Amino acid sequence: MIEVTETPIDTSALQRSLANHAAGGYCAFEGWVRNENEGQVVERLEYEAYEPLVIAEGEKVLAEAKERFPYLEARCVHRVGLLELGECAVWIGVASAHRDEAFKACRYMIDEIKVRLPIWKKEHYANGDSGWVNCERCAAHGIAD
Amino acid sequence: MKTITVRYFAMFREHAGVAEEPLSLEAETARDVFEFTRDRHGSTEPNGHCKVAINDHMADWDTPVSDGDTVLLFPPVAGG
Repeated sequence: MIEVTETPIDTSALQRSLANHAAGGYCAFEGWVRNENEGQVVERLEYEAYEPLVIAEGEKVLAEAKERFPYLEARCVHRVGLLELGECAVWIGVASAHRDEAFKACRYMIDEIKVRLPIWKKEHYANGDSGWVNCERCAAHGIAD
Repeated sequence: MKTITVRYFAMFREHAGVAEEPLSLEAETARDVFEFTRDRHGSTEPNGHCKVAINDHMADWDTPVSDGDTVLLFPPVAGG
């Protein structure tokens, strides 16, 4: 299950929701708001998502991960709105019979989520500027197209 | 001519100054719609890292568009 939320992510509650007596391992990934990016001092982040397709595409990612690395339980939650330094922007948890599937499924999910889901991140810098991540920078560096 | 509703997100919305607009244009594919809006709003973003959806389904730049479709233009994503 994948969700989008405007409220702080309760990682402990999410972990508990994956409880399964057949699971021998649990792996989670948390993406946090960092204070720096490419030499710029970042003060906060703003996330925007198009929820209908985040859900549809996100469920595909979770299903693909299960196909490749059979797990028992998995959930993903992505924050939107204005986030302060240190806040959790994305949480992914996977419970599986053995650790290998949990680690690999978790890694697969975050990697795919970052490049496939319609979620955008705007950095607000200490100097008052702001910028959408991957947009102008991508074009400026000629790495798109 | 087709009437296409275009929805803009993130940077594209800021460039367009609107979140959504109906457009009348000659367009066969999603790429035609992207290029029309790029010219219209002066964006320089290439479509290489962008994504497109038609009527809430992820599509390709070569996907045909029909009269009455809603085309969603997604600038480069950055989740996580």
